[in-house]
Amino acid sequence: MLSSTRGSGTAETGAAGAARPVRALSHAAIGLRRITQHRGAVAGAVLIAGLFLGALMAPSFARYDPTEPHFGLRLQPPSAVFPLGTDSFGRDILSRLAYGGRVSLVVGAVSVLVSFAVGLPLGIVAGYAGGRTDNLIMRAIDVWLAFPELLLAIGIVAVLGPGLQNVMLAIGISGVPGVCRLVRGSVLSIKEEAYIEVARAVGGTAAHIVRAHVFPNVLAPVLVLLTLRLGTAILAGVGLSFLGLGVQPPTPEWGAMVAEGRAYLQQAWWVSTIPGAAIFISVMGFNMLGDGLRDALDPRLH
Amino acid sequence: MQRYVVQRLWHLVPVLLSVSVLVFLMVHLVPGDPVQVMLQEYGSPAQEAALRHSLGLDRPLAVQYGTFLWRLLHGDLGRSIHSGRPVIAEIALRLPYTLWLTAASMAVAIALGLVLGMVAALWHRRILDYAAMIAALAGISLPSFWFGLVLILVFSYYLRWLPAAGADTPWSLILPAVTLGTSAASIIARLSRSSLLEVLRQEFIRTARAKGVNELQVLYRHGLRNALIPVLSIIGLQFAGLLGGAVIVESVFGWPGLGRLAVDAIFNRDMPLIQGIVLIAAAIFVAVNLCIDLLYALVDPRIRYS
Repeated sequence: MLSSTRGSGTAETGAAGAARPVRALSHAAIGLRRITQHRGAVAGAVLIAGLFLGALMAPSFARYDPTEPHFGLRLQPPSAVFPLGTDSFGRDILSRLAYGGRVSLVVGAVSVLVSFAVGLPLGIVAGYAGGRTDNLIMRAIDVWLAFPELLLAIGIVAVLGPGLQNVMLAIGISGVPGVCRLVRGSVLSIKEEAYIEVARAVGGTAAHIVRAHVFPNVLAPVLVLLTLRLGTAILAGVGLSFLGLGVQPPTPEWGAMVAEGRAYLQQAWWVSTIPGAAIFISVMGFNMLGDGLRDALDPRLH
Repeated sequence: MQRYVVQRLWHLVPVLLSVSVLVFLMVHLVPGDPVQVMLQEYGSPAQEAALRHSLGLDRPLAVQYGTFLWRLLHGDLGRSIHSGRPVIAEIALRLPYTLWLTAASMAVAIALGLVLGMVAALWHRRILDYAAMIAALAGISLPSFWFGLVLILVFSYYLRWLPAAGADTPWSLILPAVTLGTSAASIIARLSRSSLLEVLRQEFIRTARAKGVNELQVLYRHGLRNALIPVLSIIGLQFAGLLGGAVIVESVFGWPGLGRLAVDAIFNRDMPLIQGIVLIAAAIFVAVNLCIDLLYALVDPRIRYS
């Protein structure tokens, strides 16, 4: 019950906000307050902040070179000297973890950017234009969706060849249909609102209406999806690197680190499990923040 | 219902044709000369010319596609460059393993997901609900390859209950199926929880309780049956996740399925084999979704008539 009343409230403040910028600010403030009161969202934000901080400060707390091997120090268990132990090349796992986090974050961010750069305009055009344009775009999306997402990414890497750039492109492209469908759905429901009709009646051009009224109102679901997709994209990225299709050694990357430690699972559990736990916690952070944002900004979304 | 089936089948024709065009184009989208890439630059000019000719790459694009489609309709997907065997034979050898794995994972996902979702909905806003939803959140965030390794560490190395790799005994299926099914289970748990909560709020539930139907009957006959309809619709989507995830999970457990074949094919730059696998996976996925759609229409008559 609560969610439906809140849902219509959001739409009304959104309508008034689009007309008067002062109200738009307070709308954002309301959203922000709801987010800061959401325990899961705050916990997720803290995890992500920690992840960013770790990646940014990598040079200052990584005590050792993340790529230089020391064969005399192979597979050392966690200790005061090596807080998370060393891998099969004698490299400090904490240092590799810190630098590897940068790679995973960049892979997540760039691939999500690719998905949205293509999916957002496609979704807006399909939803707003309707008719044959919509039909054409959605038919293309249907074909796109005939390939399971991760498999599509793997297929694209197969065509372009392994490597970090191709992995980001592949994950980005395979995420386009999801973005396009969500944006189109949101635009379709906004298009029916009275304020769009008013804007059209007073002679607003399609470009103006999309920019001033449609786009600001799809921002909330887009933000939610963006956060959740970041988690998914990071997972896909480390998955492909685990298979050996992403970063090439000796570059530190979490998925590749898990793969490298596999052979020593029995004698040195920390080599594989620690980077895996880092992935798990980071993705959980993005999912918690995304779920919290959804509860706070758009209770109608599921 | 018959009209609906025909209509859905008819919709598939353009989708499958477009899929075949995209898969056909894969070879042509390879940056550089696909023949040199496939021979990994070790081929002599004569070998290159021979491969180019056998792949038909020296003919016009439209003719190439026509041949591709014609052969495809006859079940001919070409030959693997690496092994020289027909692609369809390579796939036929591995496909059953992947189907077993995805089916078992789906069973794990549905059983675990429904139980978690029901427990959460019935104990709404109580400790069991929070515990179930935190478990579901964790399940969605788990990197499958890491989860698989942790399971191997615990159940194979320390407890010695289950085999760590291979597909020799039926026991070998358990760890990969749990690893692969966990994420889908989490999504099913979340959806079945919210769906059941929604249904339990309806008037007809109150009516059933008011007329004295016992609580178990209310739950099963009126609650669960209605709540499961939306859950059914995402099972098809989850299948896509399983097919993709199988590539990674098969690599972790040394499971001899299509996923492993695909990864090997990528490293060997074996384009015909990759094309075949992508095509088969897409076809399976489309077929599963068709079945789910039809099942959905069977369960919910409103869909047939819209």
